[in-house]
Amino acid sequence: MIEHKASSTVEAGLTALAVSLRGVTKVYDNGVMALGPFDLAVRKGEFISLLGPSGCGKSTVLRLIAELSAPSSGTVRVARQEGVPQPGHGIGFVFQEPTLMPWANVRENVRLPLKLGGVPKAEGRARADAALASVGLADFADSFPRELSGGMKMRVSLARALVTDPDILLMDEPFAALDEITRFRLNNDLLALWRGLRKTVIFVTHSVFESVYLSQRVVVMTARPGRIQADIRIETVEPRGEEFRTSTAYSDYCRRVSAALAPSYSGQSTL
Amino acid sequence: MNAQAPVPAKSSGAQRAMRFVLPVIVFAAGLFAWELVVRIREIPPYVLPAPSVIVLTLIKDRAVLSQSLATTLVTTLEGFVAASIGGIALALLFNQSKWVEYSLFPYAIVLQVTPVIAIAPLLLIYLEQQTAVVVCAFIVAFFPVLSNTTLGLNSVDRNLAGLFQLYGASKPQTLRFLKLPAALPYILGGLRIAGGLSLIGAVVAEIAAGTAGAGSGLAYRIAESGYRLNIPRMFAALLLLSLAGIVIYGVLALVSHLVLRRWHESALGKEN
Repeated sequence: MIEHKASSTVEAGLTALAVSLRGVTKVYDNGVMALGPFDLAVRKGEFISLLGPSGCGKSTVLRLIAELSAPSSGTVRVARQEGVPQPGHGIGFVFQEPTLMPWANVRENVRLPLKLGGVPKAEGRARADAALASVGLADFADSFPRELSGGMKMRVSLARALVTDPDILLMDEPFAALDEITRFRLNNDLLALWRGLRKTVIFVTHSVFESVYLSQRVVVMTARPGRIQADIRIETVEPRGEEFRTSTAYSDYCRRVSAALAPSYSGQSTL
Repeated sequence: MNAQAPVPAKSSGAQRAMRFVLPVIVFAAGLFAWELVVRIREIPPYVLPAPSVIVLTLIKDRAVLSQSLATTLVTTLEGFVAASIGGIALALLFNQSKWVEYSLFPYAIVLQVTPVIAIAPLLLIYLEQQTAVVVCAFIVAFFPVLSNTTLGLNSVDRNLAGLFQLYGASKPQTLRFLKLPAALPYILGGLRIAGGLSLIGAVVAEIAAGTAGAGSGLAYRIAESGYRLNIPRMFAALLLLSLAGIVIYGVLALVSHLVLRRWHESALGKEN
């Protein structure tokens, strides 16, 4: 009886998790140890940031979760939506660059995941338009990517990640190349989307300020091979807005996260 | 949201006009000088015909020359189509299987680096003349299509490829929606080179075929007129060949521009 109860609580614990990585390592073909061993558990609906120096394996973690690469050891578990046969539909991925197809207009770019999944054209277009509307780009469906600014391209990329209605959103330094004003606006829009949709978001960044502003948890990583240096919970009044960005609580969190991050940079005197 | 659609840079109309007018002036001046030299020094037409004589020959011999032009153009077109289909198909095959690529690519290079003028006489022994000429055009033209298409298929954006993988794209889907569109600018570049080269291939083969038979392409006319010391007709045929080359290039450049103008940098550069 006791054993049975124990196993059911373990199951209950697992189902509440969106993503779990256990003892995961990644060694590249050239022998470089990029990651690990790395353990991470992300609950459903949680917004967490992975923060660390360049080359610490943050992006590798996302690629492992998305099954774009396989771990050298350890296990990666991702909770799947029921009845979704195609891989990837439970996951939306926003890359560092907008990664749009230059030969297709914005609507077709957003529709791509649905097209690949065999969703009928008319339905796909309607859903693409809805996703575009949710990121404020309803009027640009017929534009080509080259006609858009950097921030708008990133929004298209976000719309494409959302169009399959995934449970988990993986974002790999999506706003790193944008100017600060655009970045703040996209931060706010992303938070609003997250509040509305309650997706699990794993957000990779190397900005302390961005990670604290956005996430419920900041996971600080060490330099290569990436391990977890600190796991800091950010607790504040929701919904967050500009007043949080200027509060002392915010700057205190930023100081704590920066302090946790400092050892990762200590060996890199040239930076 | 601010729409930041790039405003096309205003190219000054005068500069654009000059780019068209200047070569024409140079051409006219050259022709005028040529005509003048021939008349003043009374050079006989079998040594150097004046431009006016060449034009007159063009009109006088139009029946023979237009028939030859048609023959050469058909050969060129057949060679070009064969090279395009062959080059693209082989590149796709290489892209699907590394083993096939490793097995065959060296031979594609051998075919390319061996001068076609040296292969033509052999082909003429084993093949019917018309077939041999088309095969020559094909051999010269297919390599740029192959290598450009291969390059294009291999220059797919890594993140886009990851995206297709993430959404579980099948191989045919990846080919159709990602690799082929990404390779399109390269393929069109290859076709543009192949167009001119298939004309060269056709001409080389016609000359190699020489007086061997029914061949009546423009290159054959040039060789034939040379033997007969009909120099004005040589020039007239050469002029037609040159014009054919320009038209082929122009048509392919136009097609490339029309296909790519909405998204590719090369086409945008022209518009701005």
